[in-house]
Amino acid sequence: MRLEYFQMVDRITELDPAAGLVRADCRVPEASPVFEGHFPGHPILPGVLMIETMAQTGGWLVIATLRFTRMAFLAQVKEAKLRAFVSPGQELQTEARLLHDGSGYAMVEGRMTSAGKAVASAAITYRVVPFPNETLRAQMLATARRVGVPEEYLHGE
Amino acid sequence: MSSTFETVVGIISETCDIPRETITPESHAINDLGIDSLDFLDVAFAIDKAFGIKMPLEQWTQEVNEGKVSSDQYFVLQHLCANIDKLVAAKPA
Repeated sequence: MRLEYFQMVDRITELDPAAGLVRADCRVPEASPVFEGHFPGHPILPGVLMIETMAQTGGWLVIATLRFTRMAFLAQVKEAKLRAFVSPGQELQTEARLLHDGSGYAMVEGRMTSAGKAVASAAITYRVVPFPNETLRAQMLATARRVGVPEEYLHGE
Repeated sequence: MSSTFETVVGIISETCDIPRETITPESHAINDLGIDSLDFLDVAFAIDKAFGIKMPLEQWTQEVNEGKVSSDQYFVLQHLCANIDKLVAAKPA
């Protein structure tokens, strides 16, 4: 994870668009300016970044399902539950299951665990729209390759 | 009234917290009922699930934005229900 750059997902460990499932690993950095303010003397990953991490995990599933022809933008978070503190250096596993692939939107159920214990969960909705420009699409493709999205899901059907 | 309409009214009422009695076949989901685009995603999700369809919201929105059709055609409830019925009828057996 590089919190300052909103790079939350380190590695996609399982991606199965047909089954509507993605899993990923994310390691919280030992140090980050984020921890200087959140909180002094008690550094923990902000809850909004836990939600962002689940949202990015599910986002990879949505855009891989659409073979990178469209971008998923976070639109709604429901039933967000932040069950445990997350500390610097902690290893996290995330998972998202597709609830619905709609027209122009998608919904997933996101979960975060650490060492097998539930850390967070949320129902997440995305607006799914054409990439606003080629710069973003190229950056998303480069990031997808970095985190290990299989090449077969990077190109339009 | 059709069962489609009753189902859609139930979904809108529950999802958007709108009293059932204020929803009529002539109601425009956006202009009359005040459902915003984000709430409409929840409505669309519930409709898709209830009827086993995928409403082509992107196409409808594009046609409205391009001025090809009036938003009434897709978002007045009697027309919305007619379109749902067409989508249900077109489902593979």
